[in-house]
Amino acid sequence: MNQKQIFELMDKFDGSDLTELKVESEGFKITLKSECATVGVPVPVQAAAMPAAPAVPAAPAAQPAGAAAPQAVPSASDTEIVNSPIVGTFYRSPAPDAPAFVDEGSEVKAGDSICIIEAMKIMNKLEADFACEIVKILAENGQMVEYGAPLFEVRRK
Amino acid sequence: MTDSGKPHILRSLLIANRGEIAVRIIRTCREMGLKSVAVYSEADADALHVRMADQSVCIGPAASSASYLNQSALITAALSTGCDAIHPGVGFLSENAEFAAAVRKAGLVFIGAEADTIRMLGDKIQAKETARAAGLPLVPGSDGPVDNVDEAIKVAEKIGTPLIVKAAAGGGGRGMRIIRNPVELEENIRIASAEAMNFFSDGTIFLERYLESPRHVEIQVLSDGKGEVIYLGERDCSVQRNYQKLLEESPSTAVGNKLRDTMKKDVVRLFRKMKYAGAATVEFLVEGDRHYFMEVNARVQVEHPVTELITGVDIIREQILACSEGRMDITQDSIRLNGYALETRVNAVTPGKVEFFEAPGGPFVRTDTFLYSGCTVSPHYDSMIAKILIWAPDRKSGLARMSRVLRETRIEGIRTNIEEQLTILESPLFRSGRFGTDIYGKIVGEQ
Repeated sequence: MNQKQIFELMDKFDGSDLTELKVESEGFKITLKSECATVGVPVPVQAAAMPAAPAVPAAPAAQPAGAAAPQAVPSASDTEIVNSPIVGTFYRSPAPDAPAFVDEGSEVKAGDSICIIEAMKIMNKLEADFACEIVKILAENGQMVEYGAPLFEVRRK
Repeated sequence: MTDSGKPHILRSLLIANRGEIAVRIIRTCREMGLKSVAVYSEADADALHVRMADQSVCIGPAASSASYLNQSALITAALSTGCDAIHPGVGFLSENAEFAAAVRKAGLVFIGAEADTIRMLGDKIQAKETARAAGLPLVPGSDGPVDNVDEAIKVAEKIGTPLIVKAAAGGGGRGMRIIRNPVELEENIRIASAEAMNFFSDGTIFLERYLESPRHVEIQVLSDGKGEVIYLGERDCSVQRNYQKLLEESPSTAVGNKLRDTMKKDVVRLFRKMKYAGAATVEFLVEGDRHYFMEVNARVQVEHPVTELITGVDIIREQILACSEGRMDITQDSIRLNGYALETRVNAVTPGKVEFFEAPGGPFVRTDTFLYSGCTVSPHYDSMIAKILIWAPDRKSGLARMSRVLRETRIEGIRTNIEEQLTILESPLFRSGRFGTDIYGKIVGEQ
């Protein structure tokens, strides 16, 4: 593979949805990795409605097996719940061998990535829309999350 | 079928719909031993289809555009719950060619027609051309657009009156003109063309014979995708308000044996040609002893239970088999059209909480609904809340049964159209069996 071909591959890779690409040929090996694509999620990060109100939201009657409980209530009066804006698979890191975006106790700024929701092979990066501390991670890595499923409990900074 | 086109034995099915049709499909899934996965919007968290399904996934907020019409959310929900097929139900994405293609591209079985077939049948002009090529009668007309007034006048004289002139660029009732008097023909065509030009900047018009008060008669078919077409009789849906069907019955009082046989042959010929898989309906207008092709609905229809009652066939079951395994459990020889069936659509006039609901009972009564005592009828979705059906050996006893059944139905907390349906049902005009699509206006006095 010559330099020109490598540049062409990089261009193609840039324009794709792929986050990682390995090519091997004739004793030649190249690995391309990128930050995952940030795809416009309709509602980037949604704080729980009325975090101050202690009222229990109406929980759906059915218990969907394997899916996150669709509603959660903050455990403390100064925390809020970040819910999933779409249906998809919840990932804590951009790639299987990459470190997690956030851990419990992490502090993030507005605009920092906090997780990925994969839907239809598109990696939708979720960003914090305000500075906060991640108090609790409410979904399992690789788990399917419903629309509105609680992902994080956060405390505004 | 998936993209690979191989037969596929299903284990689990996602129902991309809500309300009574979702409940209806879940019931058949259970009888077939299929796992059912329901989807719901935030407004439907307590809905019956969510309670009944084996599993459920919240796919979005109340607005249909972000939930029940959200293709990516539906396909993702199906994939992540391990479903191998999606049933689109009626309405929403049931006749959306892009969705059918996307479902198959994701490796799932779509319980519906091929994307290209849906696209072709959804285009009224293409669908009519296909029907004409298969030898089905169309309403006499200009056979396409006319952009020259003198030519239009010639065509109009050939068709005769009454005549309807439609602007090619119009739609939804706009840009239409009915000409009843042959003396005014020429003048009116000039006016219609000028009107089309003024309103739509396009003077192109279609001309068609105008049917004053035709019957709406549709034929139900099931097909296995390999050319096997099963005819399941007709449904008469002439009782309509603003093109919304209210009462549907089978057999039609407007169809005699000879016409029935002709319509059957027409529909079977059309479908053999298309290699269609699943359930479909061919809509005709009937006037006197003539029938005119209108369109094909490439999906199951709201009123399919009418046909289920007179044939004993579970249409959803056969549709699932045809679209997944490429076969059906029924043959034409096993089908007998037996007795009389009638469906009443119950619509909510106001949304709100249903304080109490009691379905009617007794012999030969079927209720398809998502209502239960304490449920909420959301303002976000269709107003139809229940379909109440009866079967009887003949129309006369069927009408008496439906009167009894509607009076027995209790829906408290919201207003419904049951009283109005009783007025139509018990009117001498409906009972006579001799009426057309203008019957609602004649009885209820509006429209």
